[in-house]
Order: sequence, then C-alpha cells, then structure tokens
Amino acid sequence: MIAVALKGLAGRKVRALLTALAIVIGVSMVSGTFILTDTMKKSFDGIFQASYSDTDAVIQGKEVVEGSLSDSGATVPASVLDRVRDLPEVGAAAGSVFPQEVNPADIIGADGKAVAQESVGMGYDTANLSFSPLKLKSGAWAHGPEQVVIDAGTADKEHYAIGDTVTVATLGERHHYEVTGIVSFGDVDSLGFGSIAAWDNPTAQKLFGKEGRYDQVSMAAKPGTSTDELIRAVKPLVPANLEIKDSAKQADEDAANLDSGMAMFRNVLLGFGGIALFVGAFVIFNTLSITVAQRTREFATLRTLGASRKQVMRSVVTEGLVIGLLASLMGLVAGYGIAKGMIALFSALGTDLPEASTVLAPRTIIVSIVLGTLITLLASTLPARRATRVPPIAAVREGATLPVSRLAAHSLKSGLAVVLGSLAAISAGIFAGGVSAAAVAALLGGGVIGLFIGIALLAPRLVKPLARVVGWPARRTGGVAGELAAANAVRNPGRTASTAAALMIGLTLVTVVAVLGAGLKGSTEAAVNKQIHAGYVVAGENGLPFRASEGDDLAKVQGVTAVSHVRSDTALVDGEERGITGIDPATIAHFYAFEWADGSEDALAHLGTDGAVVTKSYADAEDLAVGEQLSIVTPAGEKRTLVVRGVYDPPKVSQLLGDVSMTQQAFDTAFTQPQNSFTFLDAGDGAQSRLDAAAADMSDLTLHTGSAYATDAGKDLETVLAMLYVLLGFSVVVSLFGMVNTLVLSVFERTRELGMLRAIGMTRRQARRMIRQESVITALIGATLGLSLGVFLAALVTQALSAYDIGLTIPWGELIAFTLVAVLAGIGAAIMPARRASRLNVLSALQYE
Amino acid sequence: MERLILPPPPNDAPASSAVVTAREVVRRYGEGDTAVDALRGVSLDIDRGRLTAVMGPSGSGKSTLMHILAGLDRPTSGAVTVAGVDVTRLDDAALTKLRRDHIGFIFQFFNLLPMLTAAENIALPLKLAGQKPDPDWLAELVETVGLGNRLGHRPSELSGGQQQRVAVARALVSRPSVMFADEPTGNLDSTTSGEILSLLRDSVDTLGQTTVMVTHDAHAAAIADRVLFLADGDVVRDLGPSTAHEILETLEAVGTR
Repeated sequence: MIAVALKGLAGRKVRALLTALAIVIGVSMVSGTFILTDTMKKSFDGIFQASYSDTDAVIQGKEVVEGSLSDSGATVPASVLDRVRDLPEVGAAAGSVFPQEVNPADIIGADGKAVAQESVGMGYDTANLSFSPLKLKSGAWAHGPEQVVIDAGTADKEHYAIGDTVTVATLGERHHYEVTGIVSFGDVDSLGFGSIAAWDNPTAQKLFGKEGRYDQVSMAAKPGTSTDELIRAVKPLVPANLEIKDSAKQADEDAANLDSGMAMFRNVLLGFGGIALFVGAFVIFNTLSITVAQRTREFATLRTLGASRKQVMRSVVTEGLVIGLLASLMGLVAGYGIAKGMIALFSALGTDLPEASTVLAPRTIIVSIVLGTLITLLASTLPARRATRVPPIAAVREGATLPVSRLAAHSLKSGLAVVLGSLAAISAGIFAGGVSAAAVAALLGGGVIGLFIGIALLAPRLVKPLARVVGWPARRTGGVAGELAAANAVRNPGRTASTAAALMIGLTLVTVVAVLGAGLKGSTEAAVNKQIHAGYVVAGENGLPFRASEGDDLAKVQGVTAVSHVRSDTALVDGEERGITGIDPATIAHFYAFEWADGSEDALAHLGTDGAVVTKSYADAEDLAVGEQLSIVTPAGEKRTLVVRGVYDPPKVSQLLGDVSMTQQAFDTAFTQPQNSFTFLDAGDGAQSRLDAAAADMSDLTLHTGSAYATDAGKDLETVLAMLYVLLGFSVVVSLFGMVNTLVLSVFERTRELGMLRAIGMTRRQARRMIRQESVITALIGATLGLSLGVFLAALVTQALSAYDIGLTIPWGELIAFTLVAVLAGIGAAIMPARRASRLNVLSALQYE
Repeated sequence: MERLILPPPPNDAPASSAVVTAREVVRRYGEGDTAVDALRGVSLDIDRGRLTAVMGPSGSGKSTLMHILAGLDRPTSGAVTVAGVDVTRLDDAALTKLRRDHIGFIFQFFNLLPMLTAAENIALPLKLAGQKPDPDWLAELVETVGLGNRLGHRPSELSGGQQQRVAVARALVSRPSVMFADEPTGNLDSTTSGEILSLLRDSVDTLGQTTVMVTHDAHAAAIADRVLFLADGDVVRDLGPSTAHEILETLEAVGTR
C-alpha cells in the first residue's frame, strides 16, 4: 500500500511540489531564524571571548545603572596599574583605553562625514598586546601620535589600505594619521554598527583627555595562582568607584545578557514562522481533502481489491509524510538562504552584523524537519480519515462522491462554539486584570488561532452570500465568464471557504497591525504636537541620545534665535531605573508645553540645584506630591536628593521628557557624560540651509523642522510596520500556493466540462477569464473575512488600550491596498491554472473521465 | 476490400445543398511503423435539413469522423468544410467562432453545468457569444423540447431524459448550421431514448435542423433520413431511410467482412 502511495505521489510531481511549497515557506522561516540568530550569537560570543581571551580579571568603573547607555565614567589611575603589577600574584597587567560612549573616534570618509553611525576609539599597551581584544590582521601596530590602526570591516568598506592617510575626529578635533595596520575585534572583522580606530595608549589617552588614566586595567595571574587568589590580592588596591571582575564570569554574563535579548528577537521571528506554518497546514489540509475527493474511485477500487481501511488511511498519511519530509528539507535549505540573505540585507542597510561563518546547529535541523513533517502529517489525518470512509461500491458507480464528513455535518454548531469560545478567551486575555503575562499570551494566541479555525468552519456557510457581494463586479463586467466564475466559486463552498480562510489569516493579522499602527501613529503625532512647538527639533537616531557638544554646535549656527537642550540618561530613582532629563528652566517652556497637575510654570524658575518636576503618572505611582523628596543615583555613582517642585501631566504615549526632570546645570554636575535627547531651536528665515549643513556631519542625530517632527516621529513606527508586513507577507504567499493548488485541482476536476464549454463556443480568453475571476472572487472572500476580522480584533485591542489615548483609526488607504493585494494575489494564483484550462485539448477533454 | 465510391458533387454545384463536406479525409494516429489510420480517405456531403446517422462497429472511425466534421479534431490530410468554411485551416479562435455560429453539440453524458439552471444552461452558447437570447425563440424551443415547468431546476434535480432535453435545447438555441449528436441515447433507458429520438426527429422536421448523429443503436439510426456505415476508417454503405432490422443486418454484414 505504501508503494502505491509513493507511486501515486511520483505520478503527480507538480501537484506534490505545489503542496509542499505551502510548508516550505514556514519551515524556511523557522530554520532561517535559528540560523540567523545562532550566527549572530556566535559572532557576538566571539567578541566577548576575544575581549577577555588572555585576561583573568579586569578593573573598571562600577556599573551602577544597568539600563544607562553611559557608563560610570570612572577611570583607573596609572598608579593603580603600577601597584597591581608589583603584586606577586600578577603575571602581567596592562591598561587600555576601551570602547566607551566617551571615546568616539569618527573615521572621516571622502565626503567629509563619519563612515559609520557609531565609532569607537581605543588605546592599547604596545608591550602587552595580548590583553587587547584587537588582533592584528595585516600591517603593524600603530606607534606614536601619527599612526593609527583601523578595523578590517571599515578598511574593506571604505577601501583603506596600509600606508593610507586617514582623518579621525576625536572630541571634535580632526587629525590625519597613517594607517599602519588592519585589525579585527576578536575574530570578527567589524563590530557591525561602528568603526574602530586604535592608537597606542599615550596617544589615545591624550586624544581623549585621559592622561595618566585608563578606562580599564586587564591582568593575568602568575602561573599557579587562581583567579580568585588574584582578585583577593588586587581588591585592596581598587578605589571605591571601581571594581575588579572575574573576566571569564564577565564573558558568561555578557553572553547570557545577549542570549536573553537574542531569544526575544528569535521568538518574535519564530512566531511569524509559526503563523506561516499554521497557514501552510490549512493549505495542506485543503489540498489533500480535494485530492482525496477526486480519488474516490481509486480508493474504492483499492478497497474492492482487499485493502483495509487502515491501509487506505496509511497510504494517504504516507503521502503527507513524504510531502512533509520533502518540504522540511527544502525549507531547511531555503532557510539557510534566507539567513544569508538577511545578513546581506542588514549590511546593505548599513547595519553590518559582526562577521562570522554561518551556524547550522543540529537543533535547527531537527526542529525544522520534525516541525514541518509533523504539521503536514497532522493536516493530512483528517483527509486520510475521509478516504477510509469511501465504500468499495463507489468503484463501479459513475460520479461517486465522498460521504459528507462528520465534522462538516456539524460545522455550524461546532464553528459557532469554537468562535464564541475563542472570543471569550481573547476578551479574557485583553480585559481581565491580574492575570500573568504568560496567561494573557496563551489566552490571546489560543483565542486567535481558535477564532481562525472557527471562522474556517463557519466559512462554507458564508461563502455563498459573500460571493454574491464580491462576485458582483465579475458578473457585471466579466460577461458570461464572470457569471460562470461566480457560480463556480460557490459550487464547492467548503473548498472555496478553506482556500479563502488561508488567505484570511494573513490578511487578518496584517489588518490588525495596520489599524493599531494607524491608531498609534495618530496618537503619537497628537501627543508630540501637544507637547512641543519649535521651529526645529534635533533628535537622536533610533531614539538614542546624541552628544551634547553637537547640540551646542547647532545652537551656535548663525540665525538661531532661541535654543533649549534636553539632557537625558537613566538613573536609579528611589532605587528603580528611570528615565531622567535635564532641562533649561529659562528656555524649556518656550518650546515645551507643560500641563501642570500640581504647581505651575513658576516651578521651573524655582528648580534651583535640587528641584525636580515629575510626571503625574510617576507621582501617582510613587505617591509623591509637591515638596516631597526623591533620591537619585547616577551611572557614575553620584547621589543627589531632589525636591518635587511641580507635577505635570504629559500624554501617555510619546512622553518626550523623563519621569523626573531636573535643571540642566544640576544634571551636568551629576551625570559625567551628558547627552541630549532633544535640542529645540527657533531660527530666522534662511537659517535652515546652514542648520542642515551643520547637522549633515552629525551621524547620530537628525534635524527635523518643528512642523514635520510629529510625522517624522511616527516614521520609526512605519519601519516597524513595514517589517511586520513583510513577515506576515510570507503567510499570504503560503495561502497563494493554496489558491493555485485549489484552482489547478478544480480545473483538473472540471476537465470534461471545460471541453464541453470550449466545444459549444467558449474562447480560450473566456476560459482564462473564467478561472481568473473565480480566483479573484475566492481571494476577495478571504479579504472580506480577513479585513473585517482584523478590524474587529484591532478594535478590541484599542478598547483595552483606551487608557493610553490610542484611538481606533481605520486606515482606509491600507485596507484598500490590502484588498488590491488580494485581487492581485487572486490574479497571480490563476495564471498557471487558467493557462492550463485554456490550453486543454477540447477533444481529449471531452473524452476525459 | 469492397469500397463504396460516393459520386463527388460537380465543382460548379451550388454549395447550398451540403452543409458539411469532407474530401479524402485521412486521420492517422502515431508515426512510422506504429501508425494507425482511423480514417482512410473519407469523402461525403451532409445535406441541409436532413438527419444523417453514422453507424459502425467499435473502432470503425465513426467518432473520429464526427470530431473532424465538427472541427474538434484535424484531419491528417484532406479537406472539411462547414457552412462553406474550410475548417482545417482555422486557428483556435476562428474555430471557436465557427462552433459558436454554426455547430451545436449533444453529448452522451449530457455535459450540463451543474451550477446553472436548465434555462441558464440552454442560453449558455448565446451568452458565450455575447448575444442576448430572443425570448420568443427561447419559448418556442422550450415548447419543442417540452421542459415547460423545469426551467428553474438544476441538472441534479432533473432526470436523465430531462437533462438530455436541456442539452438538445442548448444545441438548438444558436440555430446552428449543423447539430452533432454523439451517442445521444447511450446513457438513457429505452423509453427515454425514444422520447429523445422523436425530439431530434421533430427538430429536423419542424425547424429544418441539419443533424448528424453518431450511434451504435440501430433503433436510433432508424429515425434518420440517411444512414452511413463506417468500417475500418471508410464509408462502406450509404442507405436511405431504413428500419432497425435492415440497419442491424447491414451492420452485421459490414462487421463480419
């Protein structure tokens, strides 16, 4: 029997391939995600290990506020290094100037701009090079104030060779250096996001204003001395603002931190792969259901020849198994390609990943193959069960059809029950309070999946009325071909329904994203407009702060009439990490509209060195009132006590200032590495070109006009939306294969009928049009279901988020675009089947049984 | 081998009397040693307003002949005209148009579209041609085939005989130059067969519909004005109106040669 199944499959290669493709996409997303994240992880792990390869312990500044982008800023005096070296437990020790936010060293390209968005300046001990994470790839280490080494990634991208002169800007000063060597950071040629320039320690210390001090001291224990013994011996020499760390432990910690970040990224991508697989399961189920129905006579013949039900079942399941295995293998290969492509894409977009060889872990292979095969098997069991119910007598009957499945007979009741149950789960997930995040995710995920299945069960009953509506244009404009198409679409409502349902899933999710995105965008813009009124807004790239010195430079541009900087960092406020901003009390109100909940604009004038204004949500959460105190600890370990002078109530989304704001002067004394989240400017006419020119060189910020900033702020969201659309687009592509499959099988099934139509005068064109219109109608049914379900789900979510001022905005443009995409998908899916239908040999079609 | 030579019509004869002509039609399947000739140089004329039956044992080439006369298949050599047009030279689009305008089909298995009502099935050829059915003509047709109260039904709600009546009406609706019926009673019981046959006879007598019927049923052939017998790919007998008994005897004779 299994041989029969395999031979049957081999006889229908194209169909088997089309069916398999439905699963290939999902599997490739899963395997691609694993390969991509594993490769990224290996690259970063390489960096961490490289950083500490010959090092047992390091002395560096204490990390006070984990979430802060600035570090403690504390440096190690050279005297500490000398005393460390004198210890008997220490084999060797070296100081270094290490990558920190305060050591930017922009390599300036031919166009006068920094070649990378981020840059890192480093200094190494020429006598103890093994402590440096940098490894020389070619050339020689730089010595003295005229020489520099740069990273291989930058050298490669910008075509620098040894002996070239390169311009590097450090702390605003530009100098020319000779490139003496090309280095890698550990095993990776590029840090991805940034360029590296490195000098010998004396040069680097001078360039960064750290004469006699190091960012970090690395040491190795004498042979026979354990790391613990080493640390115990060194500890008394370490000043209070510094700490000594076990580097092996540090590397593990860094890797673990990265792991959790990566796991998040991976899980999100896997989620989308899972959606594609879910849609693929629909397609497989539908395709196998149709082929089983068409092979009724074949199964009946097998039964008359003595095959048991079990054997019939096994033959269909075997088919599923083979398709699943085949698809999984193809998916694995495609996933490898996707991962490579993604890495190339990242690099094309300017975000190089650290370079390393692609990782194909055994886990990736096992998970991909097991998942793909299992899902295909699962989707094939229902059709297989139906095949077992073919009675042997069907072999001798003309036009025998499958008995109605038990599930279909109760589809209305079971569909309604599943839909209602799922809606209850979704509502519980959205509205119920006091439930854990995991439970909410389970309720929502399970509810949405259930909702899809329930709608799919109900869909056969919806197909007829929906086809009447969406088939209207076809009937009106398509002539008799359109009328026949509309009639064909409802001939087998179950088949049309599950084909449309597959498309529905992708479109529902896309619609949810679009509606929520529009709502969020609307409220972001409203919130921004409510808060700031400025001629120009300078904001950091990707929501990160930019260098304060750049803000000052822009303020000096001729024509600028008013300016206010907003410093920003993260600090421990009463023991918890909070965003904190430094504002200029004299100028901030000119640009930023405070809506005072407690206190008034006067509060700004009376901030002094210890005053703070806080947001109402923060004040409410911490039960703070005007006059009460809060304590902060900065990343550098500075402690301050602030007095609340005013409470204001900013919009819930896009709150532009931190929970706690102090004066800029006070901020600059407490935070050693001041950076701006915003610089607000007013300027006279004609200043814009000068501002643009000045900002053009600054790679970590963007100059927005005040009127455009609100929309620009929403643009970040558009990137996220675009990414979600692409990821969900894969599911739509999967359903496209389902549509092609259904049409091919329908054409095959209606061969004789098509022959008759051609015989009585249907042209090839009419035949093509008939198939195409049927496909478009199916697609539009999917679109109608998907768009309405999507808007409904988004409305539920919006309702739950109403506390955050996110309104329900229907993005008509997007919804129309999705409908057009569905129509195009329908047309695209019909190309091959329509050709087949139109090319049928009339005579052999007529004689076809 | 005995071969019946039909007198070819004189070249200057008016084309009006013959709706379909075939000249030296050969249809060969396969190539080289394995080549099989299904038709070996058939020449014949189908006269206007008459019912012609084509008979012959299985494999005699009668179906192939009908397919070629109807423009569904191309002869390997020879010429076929339908309504004065040489169908062997037409491309697919022109052939489709010819079938629309000049040819009607009745099939053994009815071949109705299951999702359309009887009325819609009947009107289908006109709609494919982008024409509006003339209500008077439709009414007359429905009257002729006797489907009065079943027009709103779908094929699955009709008996076999009723379905074939719909099919006959569908073939007649475009007033074709010639109607081809391929074993029209092959899938019906004898009573229903009789009804369909008299319907075909009626359409020839009252509407003047030229009809070619391929059948292996002697009773069916007995209603024809002319009965052609095929054997081994050629016309071997050409009888006028005959009884079923005569037809069976002739069939016996050509079958055992």
